[in-house]
Amino acid sequence: MQKYECTLCGYIYDPEQGDPDSGVAPGTAFADLPEGWVCPLCGADTSLFEVVE
Amino acid sequence: MAAVQIKENIYWVGAVDWDVREFHGYKVPYGTSYNAYLVIDEKITLIDSVKAKFTQDMLDNISEIVDPSKIDLIISNHVEPDHSGALASVVALAPNAPVVCTANGKKGLGIYYSPDWNYQVVKTGDTLSLGKYTLSFVATPMVHWPDNMVTYLAEENILFSNDAFGQHHATEGRFDDDVGADTCLKRARDYYANIVLPFGMQVQNALKALGGLNIDIIAPSHGVMWRDADTIAALLKKYDDWSGNRVQDDLAVIVYDTMWGSTEMLAQRISRNFEDQGIKAVLIDLRRYHISQAMDALTEAKYICVGSPTLNRGPMPSIAGFLCYLKGLAPKGRIGMAFGSHGWSGEATGYIEDALTQCRFELQEKMVCVYRPEKQPTREG
Repeated sequence: MQKYECTLCGYIYDPEQGDPDSGVAPGTAFADLPEGWVCPLCGADTSLFEVVE
Repeated sequence: MAAVQIKENIYWVGAVDWDVREFHGYKVPYGTSYNAYLVIDEKITLIDSVKAKFTQDMLDNISEIVDPSKIDLIISNHVEPDHSGALASVVALAPNAPVVCTANGKKGLGIYYSPDWNYQVVKTGDTLSLGKYTLSFVATPMVHWPDNMVTYLAEENILFSNDAFGQHHATEGRFDDDVGADTCLKRARDYYANIVLPFGMQVQNALKALGGLNIDIIAPSHGVMWRDADTIAALLKKYDDWSGNRVQDDLAVIVYDTMWGSTEMLAQRISRNFEDQGIKAVLIDLRRYHISQAMDALTEAKYICVGSPTLNRGPMPSIAGFLCYLKGLAPKGRIGMAFGSHGWSGEATGYIEDALTQCRFELQEKMVCVYRPEKQPTREG
């Protein structure tokens, strides 16, 4: 599964880690993030994320 | 001369603000400084500026060394007005000088000032030769804004760190050894707790990115420059500990307000319970202390207890304000507890527990009483 980077602040969403602090279990693909999920660091929404090559 | 020489051809040209007492909700009882730096080389270079009202002080300091219109290069590490506030004046005097910043910096400066400046966007790893000296840049997004970067001058091992490693105090001396390591580290912690705390992950990333560099001097944008080797080592360790969420298991902070003294009595009881277990307890009465002082106190505390009586079916506004501030600054890995006395309804402690849960603290059972603690049994421990 691909990692995605927040273009606003540089936070990396790693599907293997998920985002447990926000209730997103490890193994959750970026495309499957819940509605309303935002960057846990700076609050940017998913439209500001880009895939990490 | 008001400008201060750091190394041959490298100067502090900023301004000391003896009078400022608050920074967007953060109380700064000791004032602060806005640190701008001038490098005299083939390219005369200004690194950051000052809050707008101190523009003339900075220009006067620069003029002691060189005519400001001769500035060839402007480095903007951060968009926030306490550092960019005089940039427009410098650009007006030296309109051909490129303004070097991150992509987010160009966006931010474009909104605050003008999108038409001669921007030169840099990213991590880019370098610029000034002649004898070389600058390299490391983007540090969200330490503490999206636009932040730091600038390293290799030949003298100086890290121009902008807000990172900053401290809010106005001082006569410009260096850590002028003021004393203990005081400077205390001020650094207060700054970290109120400004940098939410961004632990980004600070860790920045520390890794800078790990390979020899650093003899850290020159931040507020407070003293760090040049004592032992103090720098202590400071870097502190930043690593704070950003790595390493706290003291034997420290508790108890923040409260009180109407008739009952919640205060509970606070004191909780404090004694902690002390009985060998845990040092610090009491913060919000009638006397500001929420920013509470944050400094809890930087390294494992236990954070928050107490409020119930006023009109909610917490006292002081505590509601503190909880709002605490949630935003987001300390990690703490154990929380709510407490409070109440009369006929008792919504405050539930409100506090909700807030501490949103902070993702592990919660201990709350302590409550009706009107007077000594009139009924309460949970011990």
